Amino acid sequence: MTLHVDTPAPARPGPRRPSGHRGPGGSGGGLARFDLRATPYFLVSPYFLLFAVFGVFPLGYTLWVSLHDWELAGDKTFIGIDNYVSLITDEAFWNAVINTLGMFVMSTVPQLVLALILANALNKRIRGRLFFRLGVLLPLITSVVAVAVVFTQLYGRDYGMINWFLGLFGVDTINWQNEKWSSWIAISTMIDWRWTGYNAIILLAAMQTIPKDLYEAAAIDGATARRQFWQITIPMLRPTIIFTVFISTIGGLTLFTEPVMFDGNPTMAGGATGQYQTVAMFIVKEAFRDFDFGYAAAAAWLLFALILIGTLINYSFTRRIGGSK
Amino acid sequence: MLNNKRQGKLAAVAVMAATALAITSCGSSDDAKPAAGGGSAPAAAEPVTITVHTFGGGENFGYDKAVETWNAAHPNIQVKYQNLTDRFEDVYLPQLLQRLQAGSGAADIIALDEGAMGLMKARPQFFTDLAAYGLDSRKADFPAAKWDNGINADNKLFALGTDIGGMTMCYRADLFKKAGLPTEREEVGKLWPDWNAFMEVGKKFQAANPGKGDPKFLDGPNTLYNVILSQEAPKNGNVSYFDKSNQLVIESNPAIKTSFDTVKSFSEAGLTAKLASFTPPWNAAIKKGGFAAMGCPAWMLGVVSGAAGDSNKGKWDVAAVPGGAGNWGGSYLAVPKQSKHPKEAAEVLNYLTGKEGHVMAFQEAAAFPSSIPAQQDPAVSELKNAFFNDAPTGQIFGASVKDLLPTFLGEKHAQVKTSVEKVLEGMDQGSVPYDQAWTKFLEAGVKAAG
Repeated sequence: MTLHVDTPAPARPGPRRPSGHRGPGGSGGGLARFDLRATPYFLVSPYFLLFAVFGVFPLGYTLWVSLHDWELAGDKTFIGIDNYVSLITDEAFWNAVINTLGMFVMSTVPQLVLALILANALNKRIRGRLFFRLGVLLPLITSVVAVAVVFTQLYGRDYGMINWFLGLFGVDTINWQNEKWSSWIAISTMIDWRWTGYNAIILLAAMQTIPKDLYEAAAIDGATARRQFWQITIPMLRPTIIFTVFISTIGGLTLFTEPVMFDGNPTMAGGATGQYQTVAMFIVKEAFRDFDFGYAAAAAWLLFALILIGTLINYSFTRRIGGSK
Repeated sequence: MLNNKRQGKLAAVAVMAATALAITSCGSSDDAKPAAGGGSAPAAAEPVTITVHTFGGGENFGYDKAVETWNAAHPNIQVKYQNLTDRFEDVYLPQLLQRLQAGSGAADIIALDEGAMGLMKARPQFFTDLAAYGLDSRKADFPAAKWDNGINADNKLFALGTDIGGMTMCYRADLFKKAGLPTEREEVGKLWPDWNAFMEVGKKFQAANPGKGDPKFLDGPNTLYNVILSQEAPKNGNVSYFDKSNQLVIESNPAIKTSFDTVKSFSEAGLTAKLASFTPPWNAAIKKGGFAAMGCPAWMLGVVSGAAGDSNKGKWDVAAVPGGAGNWGGSYLAVPKQSKHPKEAAEVLNYLTGKEGHVMAFQEAAAFPSSIPAQQDPAVSELKNAFFNDAPTGQIFGASVKDLLPTFLGEKHAQVKTSVEKVLEGMDQGSVPYDQAWTKFLEAGVKAAG
């Protein structure tokens, strides 16, 4: 077409938008098209910008830091994968991993089973149903720190209520912080107290979407309540169970507040010999107690990998639920 | 926190060019150092706010009165004093390091615990040279031990001493009485000239308290260990975990082994309440009389009275410590390089670490002054502590710090200390077997230093 055009190239796109064909106003039309295409991205961009700033950047930066011998307010030298190499031979790190996994299993399995039973009970016609449904959710609205402080006092060695109660039956004083098994039990109860109700409510919500006629048909066929639970409820809950397992996995593997509070002081050591030091605590200890940023960053990336693996394993387990009829 | 800045920036730049800057690679390097004439005159005309950050439980540094007095007399330099936390190693220090690194957020005057002085000395780029403001003239006011710790790797004076942790033994007179031991502080002190004698007293006490719920003689391993180490280090070249070239000597330094062995023997004899210090159960035991004696540096008195509460007033008392003089803890004040008013900050620092500031802090928080003129002041030397059964603490602590020798603390002292004491706690509480404890102790130390 002609080179001479009345409209200057960087014209406002407004009136031209409807024409939308290539030609003299090509750049203007392009702008319009760009506008049309870009606006949606622009509108959703706040989330992605925030995600970039607070999600992607820290991830990338952590990776960068993890490749250095990086001391807080000190020197930094590039050392490649040395941090990872020493981490995978670091007993303390694996101790933290085992603690994390141990407490994860110890808390999550009973928690989800209990939640399922609770949800099933709350799904029945019982008196004061609303009261109970709200009641199981109550622990969730208490602060984690408050829960941990109260439980830590209950588990106190000298003046704790649990030892006093066990003492009535002649059980010797237990130093709950002292051994792996006892500290894990104590911490698991804190987690379960707070999260069981939450999972129960989610499962309950899912249960209520199961069509009633399935149960009616099963009842007519003579299926017992137990049979109905296993053959109808559980399979129909599969997506929800997967969801709760995922959330619990992520929560369990990043376990932090409860063991920290249980320790009594924020040294992040998790007991005298790290009996209940989790990986998250290990990271904070390396970064902010020993001021070794690079090492902590490497541990953070390994935790990320660990969660990924854990979630995949759980997924492969839970997807089989109800798979065989 | 950072107030009207940019004062005398030009002058600062001029001075900066003249100032020899050595290694400062990060940060805005040499900051405002107003020359006597040019920059300081306008800066003083406008009111300047100097922030002071400290740490510690209870009365912590005890600067309320001192700051009030200063503010009334200096309308142009107003001091804002804030105690950030009661935990140093695991809360205050990490936060401070991040602020130093970031180049903003730190106060104009920051408090530093002795344990972190090695770390801070190795980072001279973050601190103002106090000699530039004439504070090197204060050398005669401090014991050599205290003064030397304020000189950093660049051989510059960067911090001046506040309190000093002279050593005594706190004990519960009521529990001693019940166990048939003397209760008068003079007599109690005579019971234990050394740690062997102390052990015998402990066994006697424990024999009178055999029951499960009965009080134990000592709190746990931490306080005992630190007290003994503070006495042993000066006998072994004045070093603890690190030698003077910052090499880890945890295995070869006899001071460490002696301290460890003594703690182990007390633990094995069942004389400890198996409590880790500075934890809620430890506080509860102080309040409820769970143990009868504990090594007490001066600042510990405030911790004990705070944890025990007014209802226990007069039950605790203070006696001489077995084994002689030692220093555990004590703090310093420094001016970070990022301060926008280093001149005024140095002035305030000079005041707080001067005789007047020291005396007022002692009256408020019982932390014993490191300043020699303050120690000699009757307000300090004749002070009695009402909570500790009117013990003449001024006199007791004054005597305990007389022949104090400096102990070198390495760059990673705080980290190593925290790690090895965890092993001691584990040994005392049973999660680390006694026969493996020393190996684990060394392992923990090597790891933390690495």
